[in-house]
Amino acid sequence: MSAITADQNPPAQAMTRLKARLDSPWINAKLISGLLLLLVVATTELFGPLIVDPKLALIGSSPTNVVPFWVTNFDKKQGFKAPNLEHPLGTESKGRDMLAVVLVGTPRTLRVGLIGATIGLIVGTALGFIAGFAGGWVDTVISTLADVMLTIPGLAVLIVIASYATELEIVNMGLIMALFAWPLPTRVIRAQVLSLREHGFIQLARLSGASTFDIMFKEMMPNLLPFLAASFTETVALVILATIGVETLGLGPTRIPTLGMTINNALQQAAIFRGMWWWWGPPIVMLVLIFVGLFLMTIGLDEVANPRLRKVRTQ
Amino acid sequence: MRGLTGKYLLKRFGMFVLTIWLGMTIIFIIPRLAVGDPTSALLGRLMSKGGNVENSAELIARWKDRFGLDQPLHIQYVRYLYNTITFNQGYSLSAFPATVDDLIQRTLPWTIGLLVVATLISFVLGNAIGALMAWRGTPRPVKSLLPFSLVFTSIPAFMLGILLIWVFSLTLNLLPYAGGFDRKVSPGWNPEFILNVARHAILPALAVVLVRMGSWALGMRGMMITADGEDYMVMAQAKGLSSGRRFWKYGVRNAILPQVTALGVAIGSIAGGFIIVEQIFSYPGIGSQLFRAIQDNDYTLLQGIVFYIIVGVAIAVLILDLTYPLIDPRISLKKN
Repeated sequence: MSAITADQNPPAQAMTRLKARLDSPWINAKLISGLLLLLVVATTELFGPLIVDPKLALIGSSPTNVVPFWVTNFDKKQGFKAPNLEHPLGTESKGRDMLAVVLVGTPRTLRVGLIGATIGLIVGTALGFIAGFAGGWVDTVISTLADVMLTIPGLAVLIVIASYATELEIVNMGLIMALFAWPLPTRVIRAQVLSLREHGFIQLARLSGASTFDIMFKEMMPNLLPFLAASFTETVALVILATIGVETLGLGPTRIPTLGMTINNALQQAAIFRGMWWWWGPPIVMLVLIFVGLFLMTIGLDEVANPRLRKVRTQ
Repeated sequence: MRGLTGKYLLKRFGMFVLTIWLGMTIIFIIPRLAVGDPTSALLGRLMSKGGNVENSAELIARWKDRFGLDQPLHIQYVRYLYNTITFNQGYSLSAFPATVDDLIQRTLPWTIGLLVVATLISFVLGNAIGALMAWRGTPRPVKSLLPFSLVFTSIPAFMLGILLIWVFSLTLNLLPYAGGFDRKVSPGWNPEFILNVARHAILPALAVVLVRMGSWALGMRGMMITADGEDYMVMAQAKGLSSGRRFWKYGVRNAILPQVTALGVAIGSIAGGFIIVEQIFSYPGIGSQLFRAIQDNDYTLLQGIVFYIIVGVAIAVLILDLTYPLIDPRISLKKN
């Protein structure tokens, strides 16, 4: 019926097709706004060096305690210096330009998150598949280990590691983070594989002689995508949270400024009480943007994976 | 106790032991991956950073004796395990001759008190908000206000802490921003002191509660929506049960179960995040002590603190696991 009407009226057919495409659960306002937010943050990687010289992020590269350019009323007794357009966001007490610090630090934070979460997700997904498919003692070992690792506070152990491994590079930091990033995806994927295994279409595929590989990647994977994506964004957030935590405590990479290290410096120099909000403010604003973006993506992906959550929203 | 089978008990206790053993082993391995004799390496690093260790010769001697550092690795490991579980973790490098266990046990009550209160409040509030968000009978004005309670969900607690200090302590001058109590009140079980401690705990607790609340609310909302779609809900309504009864006994009662499981998983990360919150507020707990240990390069204290955190979290999870069959009878029924 609809085919006939569509044949008679090609523009209408195009409209229906467009509508159907827009109806896709992946077109989700939260998911897209979260993604856009993160893309904006990620552009610091590309445009950062064009806007400001990265060398200004180093100690002693600029005059100290300059206030941001829009501040007119500041306390000279504290040693704050008049605003200066060369340092639009001001500088801190060790002579780092805040704009440079933020533009250099943000991509590093994102990179650690992506490295840690990607490796964690790959390992976690593989283990989740193995546990879900193999069952028996293999499943027992993997899920017990995942449960135990989830119980051990990752941040606490990371602190021990970081306190010994001085001078960590970004990549190593990401690798260490991956140690604690795998259990969450393992649990999610294992649970989904166990429930999918009992579905009719998987049993049909098995009866028609599909190989385990085909069942995993051709039959199950498309159904697992929203779950994988949601655990990826969640894991990126966890990894960044742990990284920032370790850095805020004064550990982790120290040669190059990172957002967490900047917060640590600000705290150590009592920036909060000296009223130097432009010291701790910019890194926090960037981190809040990152976390809000990841959070929006995670709940958007949850709605993609679980249609019931969508229904309530439109009610 | 109803619902607790021997097999379940054994399994959970096994997990508890496994968690602590794995945690201890990781702490044992990490320093030994670094080259050289751990103690001299520690002291060397301490001195190279400008630290001054008094009685260092005595410290090394006592150390070698206790850990058997001249002996093969497996003997060191066994000794380490024995010493750690008997709460004999040796001396602090920065506060020698104070022992690690003494130092930690002084700060532990502060952390446990604040952490338990904050976790419980966020769990109860978050689940209440989530359940009301999903429930069809919630009045419209309430329903439209609820999402605003989730504003802080995605921000790390310590960052919210910085903002809270800025707003409530420095700008409005309402609440104290640092420490566990004022110097002028005398510690003890008197109302003045308890009130003072409570005032100091408000901001750090608020930072944890506001951040944690949202994830519970989102989880609960999902569970509640699922429960609401079940046939027994329709049946309950058809039977003419009151809205309140359906909400509590049919909705919340079922939806809360996965949330309790999630609480077990979350305790570790709550405790981890709390370490930094404490440091921001200079709260006299284990997190601030950890921060000082890092600054002083006091590796023995640092490892001791991490051990205590792992044990504390494992105990909390064990307690939760043991109470779980009481609220969810299916756990033990499955076995029969």
